[in-house]
Amino acid sequence: MSDKLLFKDIDEPGLNTLGVYEARGGYESLRKALRMTPEEVLKELETSAIRGRGGAGFAMGKKVSFLPKGTMDKYLVCNADESEPGTFKDRELMQKSPHMLIEGIAIASYAAGTNRSFIYIRGEYVFQADMLDAALAEARDAGYVGERILGSEHSLSLVVHRGAGAYICGEETGLLDSLEGRRGNPRLKPPFPAVQGLYQGPTLINNVETLATVPTIMRIGGAEYAKLGVETSTGTKLVSISGQVQRPGNYEIELGIPSREIIYGLAGGPPPGREVKCWFPGGSSAPVLTADDLDVPYDFDSLAAVGSMLGSGAIIVVDDSTPIVDVAIKLAKFYRHESCGKCTPCREGTNWTVKMLERIDSGEATPMDLDIMASVQEHIIGNCLCVLGDAMAMPIGSMIAKFRPEFEAHIEAARARNYGEIASPADSTDSAVASDLALVAQGAIDA
Amino acid sequence: MDKGVPRYAHGSRVPGWDMPADLEKDPARIPDAETTPVPAELRAEIEAHMALYPETRSATLPALEAAQRVHGWCSPEAIEQVACVMGLTPADLAAVATFYDMLDTEPVGRHSVYVCTNISCSLCGADALLAAIEDAANEAPDGEALFNVRSFECLGACDIAPMASVDGVYVGPLSLEDVPALLEDVRAGRPVLPEKQLAKRACADTEANG
Repeated sequence: MSDKLLFKDIDEPGLNTLGVYEARGGYESLRKALRMTPEEVLKELETSAIRGRGGAGFAMGKKVSFLPKGTMDKYLVCNADESEPGTFKDRELMQKSPHMLIEGIAIASYAAGTNRSFIYIRGEYVFQADMLDAALAEARDAGYVGERILGSEHSLSLVVHRGAGAYICGEETGLLDSLEGRRGNPRLKPPFPAVQGLYQGPTLINNVETLATVPTIMRIGGAEYAKLGVETSTGTKLVSISGQVQRPGNYEIELGIPSREIIYGLAGGPPPGREVKCWFPGGSSAPVLTADDLDVPYDFDSLAAVGSMLGSGAIIVVDDSTPIVDVAIKLAKFYRHESCGKCTPCREGTNWTVKMLERIDSGEATPMDLDIMASVQEHIIGNCLCVLGDAMAMPIGSMIAKFRPEFEAHIEAARARNYGEIASPADSTDSAVASDLALVAQGAIDA
Repeated sequence: MDKGVPRYAHGSRVPGWDMPADLEKDPARIPDAETTPVPAELRAEIEAHMALYPETRSATLPALEAAQRVHGWCSPEAIEQVACVMGLTPADLAAVATFYDMLDTEPVGRHSVYVCTNISCSLCGADALLAAIEDAANEAPDGEALFNVRSFECLGACDIAPMASVDGVYVGPLSLEDVPALLEDVRAGRPVLPEKQLAKRACADTEANG
C-alpha cells in the first residue's frame, strides 16, 4: 500500500516544526473541525469506526460519546506511556510528527467538550517529550492551543507530563493515579474514567496513534476512512515488528492484510535458515501464535478468533533457535517486576510463575508443575482490578498449551544435565512429593 | 530460590513485621520552611510545575525528578525539600519515589546506563550486552561513582535491539565491541556513539518516505 496516512513522508526534514507541518496542510483539519459543531465532529469519528490503537480496541467515537454533557470540568488525557514490550510506534510518531498528535488532541477535545488536556508520556522518552514540548510551544504561539482557538469558542490547555518508569502507568486508571501525583495503582472499574476519572471528573483517555489519526479522519471524512481496512477493523495501523526478524521497525499497514505479509514481506522474516517458532501478534501480553497462524488476517476480530489479540499492534517474532522456556521466563519476570502489588492474584501469581519456570529451567520440576502453572494462570485471569496479571497469564497459558512437549523435554534435559539420570532432587518439595508418590505406587514406602 | 534475599525474623522479608505500630509517635509533618533550606532554582522549578495542574500534587513526579537531578538521587534531604515546597509529608513523596524505576532511592552513579533486557532485546543478545557493560564499568576505578548500569524493562526501542538508554539518549543496535567506546564517550562528556543514536534513524517503512 502506498497511501500512508500517519507515516506519509515521516522522515521529511523539519516535519516536527510548525512551518513544515503547516506547509503540508497541517492544522487544516482543526480549522475544518472548528467550523463544524462538536456533534458533527463526533459523528465523523463514529462514522470512521476507528478502534482504539492502545490495546483494548474500543471504538473511539463511542468512547467520546460516553462523556456526560454539561459544564463540569472534563479532561482529555493522551496515553503516551507506550511500555508494552515490543511496542514503539508512538515513539516514532511523537518524535517525528508531534504536531499531528497536538492537532488530533485539539480536535478530539472539541468533539468531547473538554478544556484541559494532558499528554502522559513515559519518562524514558526524553527526546520525544522534548520534541512535544517544542511543538507545543509553537502551537501555543500560533493559537492552535490556548484560549479561544482560532477565534472560536473552544479553549484548550495542554500539558506534557513525564512519567518516571512504570509499566502499570500505561493502564488507564493507573495512569490517572500517577498523573494525580500518586503511585500508579489501578482503580476499581466502574466507575469508568469517562464518568469519573482524573480529579474525579469525566475523562477521555486515548492512545497517541488513535488521536494522531483524528486529523486524517477529519481531512478525508469518516466515511472515506471507514473504507480502508476491513469492516470491523477500519483504517491503517502502525505495526511495530521486532525480535528475530531481518528488518525490524515500524510499518504502516492497512488492517486485514495477511500476517505473513508483515512478518515476511515487510520485515523480511527470521534470519536465513531459521523458521518462525512463535509470534506475539499484539505485544508481549497477547497469547502466542505459531507458524500455522501466519495466514491469519491482521485485524482485531481475526486475531481474536484464533485466540489472541491485536493489542497494541506489536509483533514479536521468536525463531526456532530460541527455547520457549527462555521466552516464558523473560516474560514472567517482567510482569513480576511491574506488578504494582495491589491485587493478590497478580502479585503472588506472577511471582509463583517465575519460581516454577526457574524450577523447570533448572530441572527441579516435574510435568505436574506444568499443570499447576497452567492453573495459576487461570486463577489470575479476571480476578484483578486491571489486566496486568492477565497480560502474563494469557501468553504463559498459551505457551504451556501449545508447547507442552517442549516444556517437558526441557525439564528432562535439565534434570539429566544438573542431577544425572537418577530421579528428582530431594530439595524440591513438589518434586520430592511426586517421587514419593511414585515410590508409594511401587510399594517401596509404606504410606 | 532467591538465596540472596535478606531475611528477618521467622524468615520474613519485611523487617519489623511482627513489631506493633508505635501509636505514640508524632504524625508525619510537612517540613518547616524556616528550617528546610531549598535551593532557589529547585524551588522555582517545582513551583512552575505545580502551577500547571488543577491540583498541585500532580507535580510530584516532575518535582522529584528535578530534585533527583540536583541531588543525584532521591535522598532524604531531596525528599524533604520537595515536601517543603509542595506542602506534602516526606512519607507521601517517599511512597511515590519507591514506586518508579527512574527515581533512585539509593545513591547511584552519576550517569545512567539503562540496558533493555526485555523479550525483543534479549532475543538479540541483550543479556550478554548488559554483562559486558557491567563488567567494563566495574573494572574502572571510578566506575561506581560514574555509572549507574542496570537492566531496564522494555524501553520501547525494539527496532534497535539490543539497545541502551544512556542519560536518556537511546543508542543501538549495540554489539559487544561498542561497549568501551560507549563508556569512554560518557566519561568524556561527549555525545554517546553518535552514529548509533536512535534520533538519527529513518523509519523502517521504505514506502513511508515517498
